[in-house]
Amino acid sequence: MTTKLLTVSPSPHVHGDFSTQRIMLDVAIALMPALLVSILYFGVGALKVVLVAVVACVLFEYLIQKFLLKVPVTITDGSALVSGLLLAFNVPSSIPTWMLILGALVTIGIAKMSFGGLGRNPFNPALVGRVFLLISFPVDMTNWPKPRLLDFSFVDAVSGATALGKLKEGVMMGETVDKLMMEIPSYIDLFVGNVNGSLGEMSAAALLIGAVYLLVRRVISIQIPMSFILSVVLLTGIFWLYDPSRYADPLFHILSGGLMLGAWFMATDMVTSPMSKIGMIIFGLGCGLLTVLIRLFGAYPEGVSFAILIMNAVVPLINRSCTPKRFGEVLK
Amino acid sequence: MWKELIKGIIKENPSLVLLLGMCPTLGVTTSALNGMGMGMATLFVLALSNVAISLIKNLIPDKVRIPCYIVVIACFVTIVDLSMNAYTPALHAQLGLFIPLIVVNCIILARAEAFASKNNVVMSLMDGIGMGLGFTLSLTLLGGIREILGSGSFFGFKFVSENTSTILLFVMPPGAFLALGYLVAVVNKLKKAKA
Amino acid sequence: MKKKNLESTFINMALVLVSIAFLSSASLAYVYKLTKDKIEVSKKLKQLEAIKEVILPDYSNSPSEEMYKIKIEEGGELECYPAKQNGELKSVAVKTYTKNAFGGEMWLMVGMLPDGTINKVSVIDQKETPGLGTKVTEEKFKTQFMGKNPSSFKLKVKKDGGDVDAITAATISSRAVCDAIERAYKAFVSSK
Repeated sequence: MTTKLLTVSPSPHVHGDFSTQRIMLDVAIALMPALLVSILYFGVGALKVVLVAVVACVLFEYLIQKFLLKVPVTITDGSALVSGLLLAFNVPSSIPTWMLILGALVTIGIAKMSFGGLGRNPFNPALVGRVFLLISFPVDMTNWPKPRLLDFSFVDAVSGATALGKLKEGVMMGETVDKLMMEIPSYIDLFVGNVNGSLGEMSAAALLIGAVYLLVRRVISIQIPMSFILSVVLLTGIFWLYDPSRYADPLFHILSGGLMLGAWFMATDMVTSPMSKIGMIIFGLGCGLLTVLIRLFGAYPEGVSFAILIMNAVVPLINRSCTPKRFGEVLK
Repeated sequence: MWKELIKGIIKENPSLVLLLGMCPTLGVTTSALNGMGMGMATLFVLALSNVAISLIKNLIPDKVRIPCYIVVIACFVTIVDLSMNAYTPALHAQLGLFIPLIVVNCIILARAEAFASKNNVVMSLMDGIGMGLGFTLSLTLLGGIREILGSGSFFGFKFVSENTSTILLFVMPPGAFLALGYLVAVVNKLKKAKA
Repeated sequence: MKKKNLESTFINMALVLVSIAFLSSASLAYVYKLTKDKIEVSKKLKQLEAIKEVILPDYSNSPSEEMYKIKIEEGGELECYPAKQNGELKSVAVKTYTKNAFGGEMWLMVGMLPDGTINKVSVIDQKETPGLGTKVTEEKFKTQFMGKNPSSFKLKVKKDGGDVDAITAATISSRAVCDAIERAYKAFVSSK
């Protein structure tokens, strides 16, 4: 998400007032509603996680640029800030601080700076950081504190599995979805964010508000999120119609887990997504397909981050096969 | 003669500079001991096959040289496989399939083709030992790094408490690629600084 | 200065290849003969150690020599090693497996008393995730089966309504161990 470069279409170019700084600022603003919701539910702990992640990301970027690479320091462009925000949004609020700092090091050091920094990273840095943490510390990364509205105490919250986790576990044990649905949060709870989950992924509503802001400001275009979400709806719908006792309905799938966060804020990262409109749609479809496959048949209950990272790897291929026609090119 | 021995250790290190034999390099280095065991097995095969091939190099017709090398190499690998199974069964169980796979390790065929078939026995032996030592060294190093980060131990000696979270990723396949990548980067940086 | 190689005529090539193959196989045969006994001994020793680990120490027979096979419900057989003292059955080791482990198959040696009470459990072969699923091989997890009789002790993880404490984040591996022990228990009890 961090490294927003302008989408370069073939000339002629119209000069716009987009700058990396403005885009990053917009993304940060768009993430605020979701941040507020998580502070409401998870208390000061959530704020602490966000602050640590942001400060660590900016600091690592500064240190690596200044002392290791000896290049001009570009922390003021806000890309490290957004990386930090998104990393914090992708971890449970109970994560130990040292793990979070390690995640920030991976995000900035491995996923971004190793590839040459801003605009050269093939993979979404915040997601690389998240997946690194998830694989390395599966216990701490799947220990979700229960949301408690307006409870500002620092006491460790009771932990439980996410809605997706419970569903997967239950179906594997041969229980029916109907019965399991009784145990997991209602759709209203999923929509406002009263559920267990990563810091910033719980509230679909708050994320949608941010997404609308980004759409209005033209920071993101609709193609990727739409094709991503629609393909998830379509695929889970097919399975749901086929056997409703084993597969949850599409509404559940789009409201739960990190789909909203992933589709609107992670997959739309300009550096790691295709440039052309058709390419974006293909990208979104691929993300949706992989997410559903992992959710329904994979070992992990949630697949959004893996899906986006895998599709990130395919982006150069998509870009090559979807180049826009040159003006005046002779039709074959 | 010493030059041939030294070059394989640093200047032409098989896995960190020549990037040969990546399969065992990535596959077995989950701990320092595994890396060292694999390196020693390869060292043994490398030295013996280099000697054998340089001994018979004039007898081998050009057109069938590769099959000949492979038969010789496979023979030594099987000897190593059998003797490890007999005398170090625990290590043999750990390394498993990777021991027979030494046959297709490109370092060995590469040294046979590029060095042993053109040089005399002593030189070839030195080259084989040097390359093998370099391979052992880098595998032990890589295994050590992964073991320290991933399991919090070194050569099986655990230095963190049982319940401490360690960076599990490093004992899994992605950790191998990450660790190797940064190790190669460091080696390149050092070489650049020297040049 | 490079010496001339043997010419690549058909007869030369065939002759060289055949003789190299012959020499290699001869030396291999020699090494094989040399190591054969040793390999067998270490293999047996390994198995014997696994058996010894799970059975009661008081026995006078050789469990591995009196090995018999018991049939299991879903078809197939499990190996069973009885430990006897003066002809009386003291305990038994059953080599059992599960196919539901995270890394596919997992092999266990389960030691039981004649009434089916579990004495000790040992994992012989597993391909679980390092640092997570591999925790099933640790004492902390295995000791909870000691002295339990599956007729009253439910061989299921607590999440599934059983009595077994699963390993955090490795429920599948924990479940697999339960499955394997259950298989050994059922087979042993039904064979009596």
